[in-house]
Amino acid sequence: MTPGLAFFYGGMVRARSVLNMLMMSFATIGLVSVLWVLYGYSLAFGPDSFAGLIGNLDHVGLAGTLDAVTGPAHHQIPVLVFGAFQLMFAIITPALITGAIADRARFGAWLLFAGVWVTVVYFPVAHWVFDFDGGNGGWIGDRLGALDFAGGTAVHVNAGAAGLALALVLGKRHGWPKERFKPHNLPLVLLGAGLLWFGWFGFNAGSALAANGTAGTAFINTQVATGAAMLGWLLVERIRDGKATTLGAASGAVAGLVGITPACAALNPLMSVVLGVVCGAVCAMAVGLKYKLGFDDSLDVVGVHLVGGALGSLLIGLLATATVTGGPAGLLFGGGLALLGKQVVAVLAVGVYSFGLSWLIGKAVDKTIGFRLAPADEAAGIDGAEHAESGYDWGGLLSGRRGVPAASTSDTPAAVPAGKE
Amino acid sequence: MQLITAVVKPFQLDAVKDAVQALGVAGMTVTEVSGYGRQKGHVELYRGAEYSVEFVPKARVEVVVDDFDVDKVVDAVVAAARTGRIGDGKVWVTEVREVIRVRTGERGVDAL
Repeated sequence: MTPGLAFFYGGMVRARSVLNMLMMSFATIGLVSVLWVLYGYSLAFGPDSFAGLIGNLDHVGLAGTLDAVTGPAHHQIPVLVFGAFQLMFAIITPALITGAIADRARFGAWLLFAGVWVTVVYFPVAHWVFDFDGGNGGWIGDRLGALDFAGGTAVHVNAGAAGLALALVLGKRHGWPKERFKPHNLPLVLLGAGLLWFGWFGFNAGSALAANGTAGTAFINTQVATGAAMLGWLLVERIRDGKATTLGAASGAVAGLVGITPACAALNPLMSVVLGVVCGAVCAMAVGLKYKLGFDDSLDVVGVHLVGGALGSLLIGLLATATVTGGPAGLLFGGGLALLGKQVVAVLAVGVYSFGLSWLIGKAVDKTIGFRLAPADEAAGIDGAEHAESGYDWGGLLSGRRGVPAASTSDTPAAVPAGKE
Repeated sequence: MQLITAVVKPFQLDAVKDAVQALGVAGMTVTEVSGYGRQKGHVELYRGAEYSVEFVPKARVEVVVDDFDVDKVVDAVVAAARTGRIGDGKVWVTEVREVIRVRTGERGVDAL
């Protein structure tokens, strides 16, 4: 999924920033994979060490997981399979944040932030939401009983709140919002959205940890909610702007994927369509917030992930049916306010925790090594400044004329500038 | 000698070329350009944000002809480029002091 995200984001920035956008996702894959083995899995899924807030260090280096199995009776899977699957969530969550800081974050500063962020924000929050241990696991999922099947709070509210915090810490891009930054390659955006959509089936249906009815429910709900959300977004555009756009289709699909993520094993397919339409339409309207409120969330991480994730999580409290969840039901299906209340608590807890700590870590990185790219480098393009590469070589007559190997210039003394001899 | 410069719709370029060729004019230079006149640009939409794209793609055609041929070439270009809709372009004529064919060194009308 994360390479898909890289292209989804990469197509949305200007041609001079495409490599940095791709690199922030790709480098995050490497970084989080290593941290996951070192201590990430253990902090997230090791035995709870305090009140459902954090795991322990029993599984540092993935110790004790090689021959173990996990999951409900008769559906047990190797712990390593579960650990590898959960690593995907740990990778994509920080990668999602990068959409808020396009064009202007120093690459090294991003990696430092990402490493600290997954350690103190993602790993604990994954423990809160995803660690089940018969009432002794994470406080949100296992103890409170809020529903989040595949990461509406742990992944999307978490990344969205962090994106908002970083957009505020880093400030606006030069020229924003007067000079707007239009996507340089919409086919790339659509390719990325398509890869994300496909990968999301593994993300959502896979969260059943078995090839069973729950996986099937999550699978079909993921598909129909995403389709409906795309239509919802396009409808808003058609009414508001007069045209249904390609970027709108891709964005609507992602908004639907985000919205259905927590709810895919709590709703029946018809209610998933309702959730999808609502998420698509609301997120389409929410992306305009940044212009009204004046924060430069470059690629709408807040409008799509924070709003979509919160909306999907809260709609569980309204639309969940007992036959699907196997227990709790939402307000509209006779479940009363109990489930909705739990969902509100989960969304607020993750959102506030993530926003607060992300802001602090972002500020700390900024005050120490500096988070923001130098203005001249930002103007010239982040790809050249941070990676010494350009995404596209247009092959013009004059391209590639500098940087000739030293050996060949020495053969042509006439080319040596006067005064250097 | 005169330089005829025409900024036309790219879509009309082939028609302009054929018309000029039919008059026996030897060559032309074509450049992709963008700009605007009375015709305004267009609006693009990205997640509800509007971008007004002011510069419209055009083709610039340049032909140097003998003074004697100017009027008929200009008329042919204008007729071929016209669609009757806004944004059809402009044609202008400027004086050319000298022309030299690089290969042979010929000058003036002989170099055309």
